[in-house]
Amino acid sequence: MGEKTYTITSPVMGTFYRSSAPGEKSLVEEGQAVTTSDIVCMIESMKIFTELRSEQSGIVKKILVENEDPVMKNQALIEIEPN
Amino acid sequence: MLFKTILIANRGEIAVRVIRACKEMGIKSIAVFSDADKDSLHVRYADDAINIGPALSRKSYLNMDRIIAAAKESKADAIHPGYGFLSENSEFAQACSDNHITFIGPSAQTIARAGNKSAARQTLTELGIPIIPGSDDIISSPDMACDVADSVGYPVILKAAGGGGGRGMRIANNREELVTAFSTASGEARIAFGNPDLYLEKYIENPRHIEIQILGDNFGNYIHLGERECSIQMRYQKLIEESPSSFVDESFRARLGETALTIAKAFKYTNAGTMEFLVDKHKNFYFMEVNARVQVEHPVTELVTGVDIVQQQILMAAGEKLGIKQTDIRLSGWSMECRINASDPEDNFMPSPGQIESVIFPGGPGVRIDTHIYDKYMVTPFYDSLIGKLIVWAKDRPSAIMRMKRALAEFEITGIETTIKFYGKVFENDLFQKGEIDTHFLENMGKSKS
Repeated sequence: MGEKTYTITSPVMGTFYRSSAPGEKSLVEEGQAVTTSDIVCMIESMKIFTELRSEQSGIVKKILVENEDPVMKNQALIEIEPN
Repeated sequence: MLFKTILIANRGEIAVRVIRACKEMGIKSIAVFSDADKDSLHVRYADDAINIGPALSRKSYLNMDRIIAAAKESKADAIHPGYGFLSENSEFAQACSDNHITFIGPSAQTIARAGNKSAARQTLTELGIPIIPGSDDIISSPDMACDVADSVGYPVILKAAGGGGGRGMRIANNREELVTAFSTASGEARIAFGNPDLYLEKYIENPRHIEIQILGDNFGNYIHLGERECSIQMRYQKLIEESPSSFVDESFRARLGETALTIAKAFKYTNAGTMEFLVDKHKNFYFMEVNARVQVEHPVTELVTGVDIVQQQILMAAGEKLGIKQTDIRLSGWSMECRINASDPEDNFMPSPGQIESVIFPGGPGVRIDTHIYDKYMVTPFYDSLIGKLIVWAKDRPSAIMRMKRALAEFEITGIETTIKFYGKVFENDLFQKGEIDTHFLENMGKSKS
């Protein structure tokens, strides 16, 4: 069923983190519902952390990268199935 | 007896800086590098280079065992830690000492003492030195943060115990903000220094950030090298620094200098260090902290005093007596520095890593560049965004401003975004030119444009 999948991409070249700090639990899991104000992941680039949020509410369909993976600018990170 | 070989436990422009000092002193230099830095300038310039691991800082530049092993392999007598990374890590300083390698900086005990705020605050209060109200101990939880904040009053600032550079710093105006800030600041601190510990202080509004450079040998001799004004900051990261400060006259300089030396003696500080103060508009000053390392902005002091701070660090660490008397120190002319960062001023200063296409450096009278970049150099996202420093010296502040404007206009970097043009705007700003600055300057400059 489904609407068009919405994909969250990285705004910058850097490192992908699933949690807000090393050792903490992941911000989101596949199947979890998210709103537009929830932080879903962090990108660290040049020692600056950017918190990423979904532009649409929905369910986390697929997390495409692993914790601490290096990512390129505009790389697809998380697929959301919008409500 | 000077060292035969020094290993530089750092990267980027500061590693190049230390290697230059070694070369001028006839000391063999050993570079260490991560996989991401194999083409780096510091690797090229050093006499020898050892790979210490993958790109991630905690696996390479923060990896004490690998670095000590590299020092032993290369028979280094001493390690210069630069700034950031392990430079203020007392465990690392101790590991050097345990392995009979001289750590170029203060002793492990002094670093620990400088970082142990509760003992420090006690000592300084007893000496009558004004300090900023805040936590005596490390803040271990958001609840504890809120308790201290309630007693000192909002707004407050969280700061990393393991280092500076704006990492792990957050301001909070109320309890809610403080709880969120705690988690983010702690995470950032852990990534930058391998240490998530935080302190909390009352946040003093509209202050100037004025710091005093000191040198202390192993025999109890101390001098100060005057002040630096570092009020031009964004997100608690210094961007523009100058020496002297237009807010400091001879007598205020003497008072700040004397206070800095009293603090240094109380900490039994040795080698190069900086005492940071916040100064309000009435010239009340509050001691903030000791930076127990050489700092990014050390060149502005070098240019107005003629003292080579990195060479002095090496000499003092090697057991030489301080060869400079306080009466020898005069601040001559005016120096200013712009930190050139790989970030995009048009996009909220978002980091801008990537491959540099070409660089044209400024030059001419009174211009100094400390950098590790070159044509086609790959600026990776694994380390901070500082890619170089543009420093000028001129006979007075207006001339230094003219010179910096000229130099910024000559400076071209293509392929990535940088803050060069942004600084051009700052130097055109009327208030900046008048020296009417405080730590909110950039924030206010940004607001008045919109």
